[in-house]
Amino acid sequence: MSSWPILSLVTFLPLAGAFFCLVVNGPKEAVDRNCRSAALLTSLATFLISLILWLKFDVAKADFQFEEKLDWVPALGIGYHMGIDGISLFFVLLSTLLTPICILASWESVQTRVKEYMVAFLVLETFMVGMFCALDLALFYIFFEGVLIPMFLIIGVWGGKRRVYAAFKFFLYTLLGSVLMLLAIIAIYWQVGTTDLPTVMEKLSLPFTWQCWLWLAFFASFAVKVPMWPVHTWLPDAHVEAPTAGSVILAGVLLKMGGYGFLRFSIPLLPEASQYFAPLIFGLSIVAIIYTSLVALVQEDMKKLIAYSSIAHMGFVTIGAFVMNMQAVQGSLFLMLSHGVVSAALFLCVGVVYDRMHTREIAAYGGLVHRMPRYAFTFLFFTLASVGLPGLSGFVGEFLVLIGTFKANTWVAFLATTGIILGAAYALWLYRKIIFGELTKDSLKGILDMNRREIAIFLPLILITLWMGVYPSSFLDPMAPAVDKLIGDYQAALKLAHTAALAP
Amino acid sequence: MTLGLESWTLARPEIFLAAATLLLLVYGVVRGEVATPFVSAATSAVLLVTAALLFAPYQEGTAFASLFLVDRLTATMKALVLIGASVAVLMSRAYFEQAKAWRFEYPLLVALATLGMMLMISANDLMALYVGLELQSLALYVIAAFQRDNLRSTEAGVKYFVLGSVASGMLLFGASLIYGFCGGTAFVQISRALLDGRAAEFGVVVGLVFVVAGLAFKVSAVPFHMWTPDVYEGAPTPVTALFAVAPKIAAVSLLVSVLMGPFKPLFLQWQQIIIVAAVLSMALGAFAALRQQNIKRLMAYSSIGNVGYVLLGLASGSEKGIQAIVFYLAIYLVMTLGVFATILMMRRRGVMVESVSDLAGLAKSQPMMALAMLLFMFSLAGIPPLAGFWGKLYIFIAAVEAQLFVPAVLGVLASVVASYYYLRIVKVMYFDEATEAPLDRAPFGIHRAVALVAALLVTVFSLVPQPLSLIAAAAAKGLFP
Repeated sequence: MSSWPILSLVTFLPLAGAFFCLVVNGPKEAVDRNCRSAALLTSLATFLISLILWLKFDVAKADFQFEEKLDWVPALGIGYHMGIDGISLFFVLLSTLLTPICILASWESVQTRVKEYMVAFLVLETFMVGMFCALDLALFYIFFEGVLIPMFLIIGVWGGKRRVYAAFKFFLYTLLGSVLMLLAIIAIYWQVGTTDLPTVMEKLSLPFTWQCWLWLAFFASFAVKVPMWPVHTWLPDAHVEAPTAGSVILAGVLLKMGGYGFLRFSIPLLPEASQYFAPLIFGLSIVAIIYTSLVALVQEDMKKLIAYSSIAHMGFVTIGAFVMNMQAVQGSLFLMLSHGVVSAALFLCVGVVYDRMHTREIAAYGGLVHRMPRYAFTFLFFTLASVGLPGLSGFVGEFLVLIGTFKANTWVAFLATTGIILGAAYALWLYRKIIFGELTKDSLKGILDMNRREIAIFLPLILITLWMGVYPSSFLDPMAPAVDKLIGDYQAALKLAHTAALAP
Repeated sequence: MTLGLESWTLARPEIFLAAATLLLLVYGVVRGEVATPFVSAATSAVLLVTAALLFAPYQEGTAFASLFLVDRLTATMKALVLIGASVAVLMSRAYFEQAKAWRFEYPLLVALATLGMMLMISANDLMALYVGLELQSLALYVIAAFQRDNLRSTEAGVKYFVLGSVASGMLLFGASLIYGFCGGTAFVQISRALLDGRAAEFGVVVGLVFVVAGLAFKVSAVPFHMWTPDVYEGAPTPVTALFAVAPKIAAVSLLVSVLMGPFKPLFLQWQQIIIVAAVLSMALGAFAALRQQNIKRLMAYSSIGNVGYVLLGLASGSEKGIQAIVFYLAIYLVMTLGVFATILMMRRRGVMVESVSDLAGLAKSQPMMALAMLLFMFSLAGIPPLAGFWGKLYIFIAAVEAQLFVPAVLGVLASVVASYYYLRIVKVMYFDEATEAPLDRAPFGIHRAVALVAALLVTVFSLVPQPLSLIAAAAAKGLFP
């Protein structure tokens, strides 16, 4: 128990900003200005406080830290239990990092209903952070689902032409998966009598068929969120129609909720079913990697291409998570973080030119390097990070996943590796089409390079990407004990089930 | 035989309500139309005082030779009904004034209907049940047609009356069969006869089916829901608001006390009926509302769907299930009153409008009203952290613990479909641009206050769900001593 509730502070501080925005009144200009500043300041303050978590985090401990526990609905066995370990620490930081960046990125591009926009983003931040901190299944579900409300509004109100379709598709797809998970959570509660995660981990022991059913229910929710092939179709639509900042949060944090869910719930709670269904995950992930990479190659819309590349990258994440050895799981976590930063940055890159030209069509660009050298550098940097250039963050994650997978299953590793080649192909193709070539289009002749605000957005992301690529230990070391415990418990549970099966 | 009058004090709230209503009636008749504002305000107050009398001091037991039962469950249900009726009366003035039908009989009829509901809830005998039910229904038939110059309102009244009479007939027929096979109409007698081996008799089961069918009509569960959309759409909007809460809660309570009381020995028989009705209601409530343009009609289907979830709780037949029903109904009451307060504020150039598309662009013209409606819609869709989620969670916990896995899965799937039309209203308010003149700015007044309070309750409920769960737990103890 820490002396004061720092996790709750990080989670609910954005709500204070949202409340301020909601009550502020006056002429439109003043309200807009005040809401922007208030949102930026609250989210920056949240980020700074969340850094304390990292500084005070005990790297040697595998257990949950900064725990807070309160009775909430004792009648239903639901408690308010927050805490983080090495697995969730960096997701909290990722969420708190990306929110101020998103608000900064929307500074000029969002001009209508600024107040509501900022409220939606701050509420969204609360739900995201809360979800990664929640150590109670019901609490987790509340945050997990709550995300849908602000995200639905962000896509639907500030999105592109087909925003209504995209918003509904996003909402209903995700909800469909989630309600099945809710039933699984209720079934676990029924068996154990509480939804407190550590208690459930200790006490839950289900027969194999039950594990399979519950695993599938969790899978329905997380697979849609990741998203895995074939339930990925909401993602390209949502990404294309969402405003830039919405895409950043979608790619940066929301997709990670799926991968995080697998590692936090499916694998530790249902180890036998996880082992049983691992081939299914491998198969779907490989299809995702190869198929979506090929689909990405023929896209005409920049955001759609990056959206498909996200699906492919998340394929590596799911493979890594279910290989269940040290390298693969760490790689999977690392890749999620790296993808959170890099794909967010790529969407921001698209946003930069979209704000100027109001089109995302690849064919509308070309030769930008002549007018926008700083932009060309930034875009190249993140393209290479996404492709997996050694020295940048993407490489570390993919490499670890592939090493781990190779030890477990050579064929899976082999097929997954083809995804890296395809990934290089579409990413570099996109880059060449947009940045290189002659600057022939008249509309582009007056385009301006990035301004100071935009540089301020990208600079922290560039530094983090470099840091993760050059010295990954600062991220891998805090994860190690928690991952080690996860794998240890998993192996122990399988062994126990195995001996039980052999016993007469 | 004693008259059973010794514990008449148990019926203090009902006696007070009846006496006050009659006094107000006399006052209204003497003073004429000028008395209307006073009678209306006084009726709301009387209903709230009646609710207070339920608990100050709280007594329990049976009265009038066991015709009348008071326990925690009935008291809680009565409180919900009284709050709903009181707020519905408060919210009706502006509408009826505009329709030139602002008469003092309206609040008094609501009060009489409420009295009927209280008797129904407390019924401990098939005869008492029927008397209460008819007192309620007759008053409601009249107020459905209260705007008597309006074709749709009169049509709603006649439809409600004809179909309601059929349902009452079925109920009576079932009751007489049960009387014939069990040898009594008192719930204790029925229960004892069933436990003594009468349960196996075919006639009892037939009687049970008729009774359940009659009650299913009153709660508008599929396949006895046909009247609901027409009556909800045709009746004056404040009456629809009343229909959506008070009689529904009363009828659910009656269904619970009949099935969990005397017919508990026939649990396996009625459980099948209730499961089928629950699943069908959830599905129909979800699918039929998808294309509705009229918001009152949409709320009618929404209420059918909500009854489906309540019946799922009943089908679990456990203490948790009954707790879940009380919990769910309390949240449903708040959400529904909030939604109807918002609907009653929908006016364009002074004229009431009730089409979903009239809400277009509301987020720009009246952001606070749109925000309140948004919260109600997400709450009705069951999205956390709003209150509606907790209601559904409780119901599904009860269903899973009773091992009703398939109905539970169908229920959550139906809730996803239903979320589509709730979202559609959010979409119209937030995503669409206004095509017509914006709605009039709602004046300060009762509607705003109700919407504001309901929106706040729905939002902050997650912070303190514990008190309501304790109330629900205490109420359910009534059936599981």
